[in-house]
Amino acid sequence: MAMLEVSNLSIHFGGVKAVQNVSFNIDAGIVYAVIGPNGAGKTTLFNLITGVYKPTTGEIKLDGESIGGKSPNELATRGVARTFQNLQICMNMSAIENVMVGAHLRLDRNLIKAALRFPALKRRDAELRQEAAQLMAFVGLEKYVAARADAMSYGALKRLEIARALAMKPRLIFLDEPAAGLNPKETIEVDHLVRKIADSGVTVVLVEHDMKMVMNLSERILVLDYGKKLAEGTGEEVRRNPDVIAAYLGAHA
Amino acid sequence: MQKNAYFGLFIVMAILAVLPFVLPNSFYVDLVIRMAINAVIVLGLNLLIGFAGQISLGHAGFLGIGAYASAVLPTHFGWHPLLAMGAGAAVTGALAALVARPIFKLKGHYLAMATLGLGIIINIVLRNEATWTGGPDGMPVPAMGLFGFELTSDKQWYWVVALLLSVSVWASLNLIDSPFGRALRALHGSEVASQVVGVDVVRYKVAIFVLSAVFASLMGSITAHYVGFVTPNLADFFHSIELVTMVVIGGMASVYGSLVGAVLLTALPQALATFEGWETVAFGSILMVCMIFMPKGLVPTLAAKFGKGE
Repeated sequence: MAMLEVSNLSIHFGGVKAVQNVSFNIDAGIVYAVIGPNGAGKTTLFNLITGVYKPTTGEIKLDGESIGGKSPNELATRGVARTFQNLQICMNMSAIENVMVGAHLRLDRNLIKAALRFPALKRRDAELRQEAAQLMAFVGLEKYVAARADAMSYGALKRLEIARALAMKPRLIFLDEPAAGLNPKETIEVDHLVRKIADSGVTVVLVEHDMKMVMNLSERILVLDYGKKLAEGTGEEVRRNPDVIAAYLGAHA
Repeated sequence: MQKNAYFGLFIVMAILAVLPFVLPNSFYVDLVIRMAINAVIVLGLNLLIGFAGQISLGHAGFLGIGAYASAVLPTHFGWHPLLAMGAGAAVTGALAALVARPIFKLKGHYLAMATLGLGIIINIVLRNEATWTGGPDGMPVPAMGLFGFELTSDKQWYWVVALLLSVSVWASLNLIDSPFGRALRALHGSEVASQVVGVDVVRYKVAIFVLSAVFASLMGSITAHYVGFVTPNLADFFHSIELVTMVVIGGMASVYGSLVGAVLLTALPQALATFEGWETVAFGSILMVCMIFMPKGLVPTLAAKFGKGE
C-alpha cells in the first residue's frame, strides 16, 4: 500500500479550477517530485495535502486513513511536515527558537508548569536546544546557531525552514521550491541536503523548478499543467512524454 | 539572553526592596503601589498583545469584574474577600473564553472589536445596576483579611503588591521561554508556519487571552481592596486604552517594557499636574513623540541602541 494516496482531488476558487481531478500515489521512502509551469497548481496541491486548504472534492489518504479536510495541526500530529515557497519564518524569534518550535508536539506544553519553571521542562528545553543546534548543523547552518532570524540571508532562511520541519521528526516532508532564489553553489548544497533527508528514511515530496535537481533526486515525478495531471512516472518516462514536451517547450505535439 | 533577562528581575526586586525606605512620604508609596498594580496588568496584557499579537480593547472591563466581585460579594452576601476575588477571576476567565472562542475562529483583528464591545457592556452594567453596585457613584469595599489580620496600611499593601509584581515578572519570563511561550510567539510571527508544526492556534490564542483577562480581574480585586472604594470609571473604555498605551510605549513583547510603560504612564499625569489644564495636551504630545522616535517602544529601542538584547 502506498503511504499517500490522492484520488480525484480538486479545488475551485470561485470559477478558477486550481487543481482538477488529480490522482497519484506516493510510496514510503522515495523522493517524489511535482513539477509544472508557474501557476500549474503545485503549491495549491501542497496546501491541499497539508491541510491549509480544504479540497472541493476528492480524497487524500495517509497510510490508508482519510486526511482530506483535516487541519494543518492535526496533520502535524501524523508526521506530515512542510516548508513554504514564500518563507514563513518567525522573525520575532531567534534562529534556533524557530527550529525549536518545530518540536512543539514532542514537548510538554503545559502553561502552569511553564510559568512555574518546572525543572523537568527546563531540562527538556536544554536538551531540545542541543538537538536544534545539531539540526542546524545538519542543514549547514552551524554558524547561525546564535543568530537572530531577521539577520539571516534568504538562502540561510530557506534551510532554517527545512531544519524546523525536520525538528518535527516527520515521516513525510513537503519541500516547496527549496532551491528557488538560490545561487548554483547553494542549489547543489540543497540537492545534497534533500538526498541526506531521504537517506535518513523520510519520504520527500518536492516542488522544484531546477530540472537538474529534480532529475537527479526523484524516483518519480508528477507533472501538472493548468491544475491537471499531465504525466507521471520516472524521470526518463516524463522526459519523453510528448504532452510534457509540448507544455514546456510550446511545441505542437 | 536568558541570564540577562533574569538579571533584570533581580534589579526590579532590589528596587522594590529599597524604595519604601527612601520614599519621602505616603503620597509616593501610594503612587508606587498604583504603578506596581498597573505593571502586573500590563504584563498580562503584553503577553497577549506583544507576544501573541492579539489586541484587547476591553481589559478595563475585566478589571471591573474583579473589582466589583470584591466589592459586591463581601458586602451583599458576606463572602470572604479571597473567595470573592477567586469568583471574580473565575467569572472573568469563563466570560473571556466564551467570547474568544468564536472570535478566534475568524481570521483578522476581530478580537479588538469584540473586546471593545464587551468592555463597554460591562461598564454599562456596572453603572446601571445601582442596587448592587451603587451606580455611577460607586461603592465602598470592605478590607481584605489575610489569615486573621486585616490589610489596611499602605506599607502592608506595598509589600503585598511588590511580591505580586516580582512573581508576575518571574512567571512571565518563564512562560516566554517555554514551549507554550514559543508557540505563542510563533503564531504571531507566522500563523501558518505555527499551524503546520502542530500548534493549535485557536486554543493558544484563547488560553493567553483568558490568562491576561484573569490577571486583570485579580488586580482589579487588589485595587478595590487597596483603595477601599470602586467606581465604574475603573472599567471605563479610556482605562482600557490607557493600559494598551502602557504596553505600546513601554515596548511590545518586552517584559521590562511593560514595567517601564506602567511606571511612566502612571507617573506622567502626576508630573504634568503643574501644567494646569494643559496636562492632557502635554500627555498626548509626549506619547506622539515617543511613537514617532521609538515606534518599538522605550525598552526595545534603548536595548537595541546600547547593543543588548533583552
